[in-house]
Amino acid sequence: MTNGWTDIANADVVLAMGGNPAENHPVGFRFVMEARRNRNAKLVAVDPRFNRTAAVADAFVQIRAGTDIAFIGGLIHYALSRNRFHEEYVRLFTNATFLVKEGYAFDAGKGVFSGWDDERKAYTDTSSWNYELDERGFARVDPTMQHPRSVFQVMKAFYARYTPEMVASICGCAAADFEKAAELITSTHTPDRAGTIMYALGWTHHSHSVQLIHAAGMLQLLLGNIGRPGGGLNALRGHANIQGGTDCGMAYHNLPGYIPVPKADHPTLDAFLAAVTPKPLRPASTNFWANTDRFTVSQLKAYYGARATKANGFGYDLHPRLPQAESGGYENWSWAYIFDRMYRGDMEGLFSFGMNPVSNGPHSRKVVDALSKLKWLVVAENFDQETASFWRDDIQALVDKTPADVATEVFLLPAANFAEKDGAFVNSARWIQWKWKAVDPPGQALADQEIVARIFLAVRGLYEREGGTFADPVLALDWWYENPVHPTMAEVAREINGRALEDVRDPAGNLILRAGQQLARLTDARADGTTAVGNWLYTGMYTEAGNLTERRSTADPSGLGRYSEWSFSWPANRRILYNRCSADREGRPWDPARAGIAWNGSRWVGDVPDYGAESPPDAGVGAFIMLPEGAARLFVPGQFVDGPWSEHYEPAESPVPNPLHPPQSSNPAVRPFSTAYDVLGTADEYPIVCTTYRLTEHFHYWTKNNAYTMQLQPEFFVEIPEALAREKGIASGDRVRVTSARGSIEGKAMVTRRIKPMQVAGRTVHQIGFPIHWGFLGRGRQQGSLANLVTPTIVDPNSHAPEYKGFLVRLDRVGGA
Amino acid sequence: MDQGRRQFLKASTLGGVAASVLGFDLTPALAATRALKIARTTETRSTCPYCSVSCGVIIHTLGDRSRNVRASVVHVEGDSDHPINRGTLCPKGVTLKHNIVNDRRLTKVLYRAPGTREWQERTWDWAVERIAQLVKDTRDRTLIEKDHQGRALHALTSVGVIGGCTDTNEVNYLLVKAFRAGLGVIPIEQQARI
Repeated sequence: MTNGWTDIANADVVLAMGGNPAENHPVGFRFVMEARRNRNAKLVAVDPRFNRTAAVADAFVQIRAGTDIAFIGGLIHYALSRNRFHEEYVRLFTNATFLVKEGYAFDAGKGVFSGWDDERKAYTDTSSWNYELDERGFARVDPTMQHPRSVFQVMKAFYARYTPEMVASICGCAAADFEKAAELITSTHTPDRAGTIMYALGWTHHSHSVQLIHAAGMLQLLLGNIGRPGGGLNALRGHANIQGGTDCGMAYHNLPGYIPVPKADHPTLDAFLAAVTPKPLRPASTNFWANTDRFTVSQLKAYYGARATKANGFGYDLHPRLPQAESGGYENWSWAYIFDRMYRGDMEGLFSFGMNPVSNGPHSRKVVDALSKLKWLVVAENFDQETASFWRDDIQALVDKTPADVATEVFLLPAANFAEKDGAFVNSARWIQWKWKAVDPPGQALADQEIVARIFLAVRGLYEREGGTFADPVLALDWWYENPVHPTMAEVAREINGRALEDVRDPAGNLILRAGQQLARLTDARADGTTAVGNWLYTGMYTEAGNLTERRSTADPSGLGRYSEWSFSWPANRRILYNRCSADREGRPWDPARAGIAWNGSRWVGDVPDYGAESPPDAGVGAFIMLPEGAARLFVPGQFVDGPWSEHYEPAESPVPNPLHPPQSSNPAVRPFSTAYDVLGTADEYPIVCTTYRLTEHFHYWTKNNAYTMQLQPEFFVEIPEALAREKGIASGDRVRVTSARGSIEGKAMVTRRIKPMQVAGRTVHQIGFPIHWGFLGRGRQQGSLANLVTPTIVDPNSHAPEYKGFLVRLDRVGGA
Repeated sequence: MDQGRRQFLKASTLGGVAASVLGFDLTPALAATRALKIARTTETRSTCPYCSVSCGVIIHTLGDRSRNVRASVVHVEGDSDHPINRGTLCPKGVTLKHNIVNDRRLTKVLYRAPGTREWQERTWDWAVERIAQLVKDTRDRTLIEKDHQGRALHALTSVGVIGGCTDTNEVNYLLVKAFRAGLGVIPIEQQARI
């Protein structure tokens, strides 16, 4: 989230789209209801189903799953064509004034951007997706935004195709319903109003998900809603510490703190830093990532301690690098690629800490078959689950095999749960909140930190005794914890925050930290090996003042639900990101009743400024200090592989050709996998659009072990529109089978008016959906109803998230009449 | 809000309804039954492990101040001080106790040998030693020290590590430190991708 849960109460308009917070984040949804009650805020819900968020909304539009970019593109066009955007904000804070490089083009008939190679069916030259630079390497700008190649004019022309009629035809909604929603949503374009967007997995589970969130960012920037109390673009997120895992480098492509993972062509620390440190694109821009050297060297010091020396690049020479693929580019080891390589026999072992890929990964059958190619599998869990037990008869039957066919050694390690260990979770509002251990784990179960430590130390012991391949990093790792087999979470939290290894001085020579002291500010980190910081993003959470993530003050002097002394919010305890945008050119809040930060003549006051605390508002450094241009990106230069603008592409499986450009229906940058499992269906055979979701009463695949939640929602069901049910002769309670090109799933029919038939590109299209929470292991009627038996392995080309929403299926009644 | 409810209960029981209508005073009995459940528990502040709203919860345990008794969770409720949930919980959150105290919880180290169809119980020491041997064997044979251009990689792509979405920052960081910085594992992923 750019903002936070408590801040949603400050909104004038809430757009809930790609998420269903009333059911899936029910307690957070209270702040939407408060905004409605106290501010007369309007709630707009856009979803494939009339869900419980829609039930309390002021406007609801049902759209076809996978068409959200068309809807948002329509809103962008609506705002631009009716002068319902915040012009001064756009000019001040976005790249609307920047000039796009000559040579950039979009072929609206073919549906591809410049640089597309028709023969190779790929973008082979994306150099035109950039700014026009001057001789010093800075982007050229036109403050009037009248230049035909200004981002503003190019954007206006690009989205002119997204008329209400086109939106209606693609999304399967009525143009009038779209316009009613658009009127409400764009009403926040005035300086005295603020609107927020709440989204979740309904936006990230598409083959164009990154561009969809890009489009939402554009809309919020045009309306002047980013950085303001009551505004923002808020990812609700789906797990208790999915934010913290993301922050801490649990992804193949990132180190902790979003530092890119070193690559094969970065042979030295200097080469790495030269490749990943951005250069400023405007003369005065802050370009905060210029500090990459401090953050990287300090992290390497935290990893390798005294073994990180200047001579070995502070340990860089010990750290692994991402290999280059033979086909060019770097190897991709994101989730779906891991299981693809596993299926192809390229992997030997897998550690799964509380993960259940048979259930939660795309295409369960491919995952089951892939796991059986492993020599060994280690699962640490609270409950037995489908992945640990993938060798069982009933699960192997999915791939026509038996346990005898599975040579994998499997270890199932009993692990402590949340109540049985301390440490911090990061919520979706970026609040790092400490929790305390309440009770010992049951039986022989151990805390995960102890499981990790025991395994690592046992491997290290073998290397110490026997030697082995490149033992250096294994032996060099700084495992400094007082009890090595059980590092305390406080020790690790201090390491993550960072400490001075020697006395640290500022450029003027003043002592700012003594050796051994905890760092307090992000810029305390040093690139000379005198500080060790596990994750720069969290610096400030555990200082000489103690563990600030434990703070529990409910004081709120702002009156805006900022709660600045409750826990610690990254970065630097800032509660609203990009908050420089909450004030105008002179630093006066756009809305004095909802001030984010304000310039008092000598410094910024209010929230922790996302800006130099004493940097005057007219210094021209730019409000977006993390970007080298200092301005928010409407047009995105050279970052995404599928274009600088968000364009509507159909899901990989779609009931209709793309009405905008039938020759290029789906995202041209998507690269499908090619095993026998990776198949797509066509609309002739699989005519129904299908989507997946969660229920209030269950959490993912865990609460199927809980007797109470299983009573509330005992078994798998399929939601079917009345008209489709009539056509198929299905009544509520009948057993039905949903079949895709990948597999099928059976359960009870729930005939409903919550989903209505749609008119899409001139024809009637039906949509169904089902919740995800059951499987093989658990209480009650599990029936093997894994939602992902039918989902495709198609992934977004930027985020590599699977397309769980908007795929094609067939629906049949099971059994006799 | 919670305080208000308690005051109301107190006021209504002391308000004389019981004494005057029934002819005898129920107040001590009511107070006793209300006090029993959590009066002697230890309260521990925690965070709900489900979605990312982060509702504050109070875990009540009994037995942690007694000798020869293993503490057990007797109640979990919303934390009324927490600025987000203010004491409330959703239908999943109110059943958290049954997530912690659950007869399906794993309490033993289990091992499944190749080709077999059942779990066998093992000790931690045996399992850790066996896992360490397998990791070292795989790493020693398959670590990619250099690529075809002779550039150093030290990359282990034959072992994957997934997890951490409901574990703490500290455990996530330790996983990255031990497996990537220590053993060289490249395929490290979590729920955020999917």
